[in-house]
Amino acid sequence: MKITTSRTPIKEVVKDASMLKQKEMMAAHYDRLANAKENGEKVASTFVPGNLNELIMCFDLVNNLPEVNAIQSGLRRKSGSYVMEAEKAGHSEDVCTYVKSDIGMMAKGNIGPNGKKLPDPDVLLLSYTGCFTFMKWFELLREQYQCETIFLQTPYMADGKVTPNMIQYMVKQLKEDVIPKLERVSGVKFDIDRLREYLRKSARAEDDLVYILQSAKNKPSPIDAYFGGIYYVGPIFGAFRGTDDAIDFYRFLREEVDQRIAAGLGPVTPDGPMADEKYRLVVEGPPNYTNFRQFWKMFYEEGAVVVASSYSKVGGTYDFGFRHDPDRPLETLAEYCLGVYTNRSLPMRVDMLTNYMNEYEADGLLINSIKSCNSFSAGQLLIMREVEKRTGKPAAFIETDLVDPRYFSAANVKNRLESYFQMVEQKRSGSGKGVAA
Amino acid sequence: MSTPSTTEIVARCEALFEDLNFTAAREWKDAEPGRKVIGYMPVYIPREIIHAAGMLPLGVLGGGDQLEVIHGDAYYQSYICRIPRSTIELGVSGRLDFVDGMLFPSICDVIRNLSGMWKMMFPDIYSKYFDVPQTYEDEVGGRFYENEMAEFRHDLEGIAGRKVTDQDLHNSIAAYNENRRFVRDLYALRAQKPWQVPAAEAYLVIRAGMVLPVEEHTKLIGEYLAAAEIEDRPMRDNCRVILTGMFCEQPPLNLIKSLELSGCYVVDDDLMLITRWLTEDVPTKGDPLHNLSQAFLHHSESTAAKYQPDLQEKGQHLVRAVRRTGAEGVIFASPSFCDPALLDRPMLQNVLKVAGIPYIAFKYAENSGQMQPIREQAGTFTDSIKLWSAA
Repeated sequence: MKITTSRTPIKEVVKDASMLKQKEMMAAHYDRLANAKENGEKVASTFVPGNLNELIMCFDLVNNLPEVNAIQSGLRRKSGSYVMEAEKAGHSEDVCTYVKSDIGMMAKGNIGPNGKKLPDPDVLLLSYTGCFTFMKWFELLREQYQCETIFLQTPYMADGKVTPNMIQYMVKQLKEDVIPKLERVSGVKFDIDRLREYLRKSARAEDDLVYILQSAKNKPSPIDAYFGGIYYVGPIFGAFRGTDDAIDFYRFLREEVDQRIAAGLGPVTPDGPMADEKYRLVVEGPPNYTNFRQFWKMFYEEGAVVVASSYSKVGGTYDFGFRHDPDRPLETLAEYCLGVYTNRSLPMRVDMLTNYMNEYEADGLLINSIKSCNSFSAGQLLIMREVEKRTGKPAAFIETDLVDPRYFSAANVKNRLESYFQMVEQKRSGSGKGVAA
Repeated sequence: MSTPSTTEIVARCEALFEDLNFTAAREWKDAEPGRKVIGYMPVYIPREIIHAAGMLPLGVLGGGDQLEVIHGDAYYQSYICRIPRSTIELGVSGRLDFVDGMLFPSICDVIRNLSGMWKMMFPDIYSKYFDVPQTYEDEVGGRFYENEMAEFRHDLEGIAGRKVTDQDLHNSIAAYNENRRFVRDLYALRAQKPWQVPAAEAYLVIRAGMVLPVEEHTKLIGEYLAAAEIEDRPMRDNCRVILTGMFCEQPPLNLIKSLELSGCYVVDDDLMLITRWLTEDVPTKGDPLHNLSQAFLHHSESTAAKYQPDLQEKGQHLVRAVRRTGAEGVIFASPSFCDPALLDRPMLQNVLKVAGIPYIAFKYAENSGQMQPIREQAGTFTDSIKLWSAA
């Protein structure tokens, strides 16, 4: 007997060429990871903020990022069961769901997004940058993998400045601990000229990344700097910074953005090019990944485009001038780590968001507060009030989670967003300004 | 003059504990013109430097279960622990208006971010995020820490309007060495004869050290020790337990009392770790900041807020504490949403499992009111230990 089911046909997701290229790069990297052991490659697990990809490549190590794995699990709707698996094993419901997704994924065979098993790391490079949880996360992974763990502490930029003591501390850690241990694990001798070459390549890609992110100052913005921004920062925050692939990708993306600017087009969304840009927003905080597309749709359906976001700076803040400097190879790595968004004090974050509001001529600030992430979330209500006070623009607050589907309430988020857009509208008509072009 | 009884001493300590206006510290400040008070949050700062600048270090450990948090809740989402909101309440309500500076030690992202909030909310008051090394090589983490302390010393000189000499620091180190010795004696007595030193009393006596000058606190512990030794108290058939996870947000006093009522003798804990963070005397000769740094690197307590570089050492401090105190089990009591304690907990539990040490876990908030579930859980735990040990 033939069974037929009546189902609504799934609408094909629209992606621009750069997104497809980025997807191919990520897939190739996951394949490289899956085949690392049989290809004789060693694997270093590390974090996105404070990711020292150039240094890792100096030792022929392949970069594996547990946060990105958790994101991939979230996007593929697998993280929910992973989180619950970790909670069954005794992890608290109160703590970071990235950690629990990672631990749950391990418990269920550590299968990566390409359906192949991720390799056990040969070394854990714990870049303790801007997030306390990282430290505990890698202690948990060390317990599991029992492999060499290297610790690199980035002091917190509490007073809004980088001091010589901070740089000296980090450079000493790199020289006296991190590099010797990476040499030992990899069996590859450190070559500082090789590092300089990677750093040179990083800076080239970083120039183009900044150009792309700042293209959102155009009206209409040719990009969405939050939802789209996640695709854009993927390669440079991950395993590609310092490579020719990254240079090519960002050049390709830049050309694509230039074409959209020339044609007066807005960003490409999963439902096709965005029609009218009605609201220009700055967004603070990470996105939700379990309902990523649904979340994004709530914005573009209302004509809201994100012109700047703090999340696109967690793996490096480049828009205030920092570039990796091959002439000061270790110092520049330290400065890179120190400058990542979550390593910046709250007053610095307020300044940065206020700057974005003004520079990108945004209509308002939206904070997506993440239950899992105290590094981002603690203090966001004060940030909201302060930015509102300084800019006179309305701000709003929604709450979701990174990869725990239990904390994404679509109806609540949508209600709040709709109310917020009405508020922006009222504020505009009150101040006599027209809708953004 | 007669020695005060434990009842009198504890009554005084309880009054200090309940006083959310910090009257004792205010009186200390008002007693002489030019005196300064520097507040600090858990888990550790080198109080010696504040003392050497002639100032009073004041422990600010949240608002407990008596403070009505009105403003503080407006600054935090529901999924963030309670201590930062009650600390903001203390600040906004003027209860800390006499404080000349606030320190936010490196313990977690919430307290770290609170340091920036404090700068924005109280811009005229000195505030500092106090960073500490998580790497323990003398020339790396040690040097970084010495420089951080030197900067702090310099800041305090600016507030005090005078130099803080090495001799000042040596004198202060000596005062805190003596205090730590008395605290250790109190913990040792409790481990040896827990019926003579009820957990709530030990807590209040140590807690008094958060608001009193160190010399006065040392004297107070001495008096309590003398009085507790001669007190005639019945020994109960309680189960000896260690409490862990309470190093930041404080449990309600009732929670500590409830544990004892449910059949526990608390023989060790990680409450107010600052009072015994440094586990050995710090030398009082040579470079004082170097000495403090060396003590931090090589002779300091283990806790979830610190990185443990050696996998084999992870959690062993707890196993050693169990062996040292003769504890029969461990209670993981953690504040809700406390990242350090809750992320660390599964690793510590695995270590205890291997060592064959029973444990239970629950969460609390500083304003938890319902003790019955905790009492039942702890009671069941102690009963099961007694049953197993009898088998």
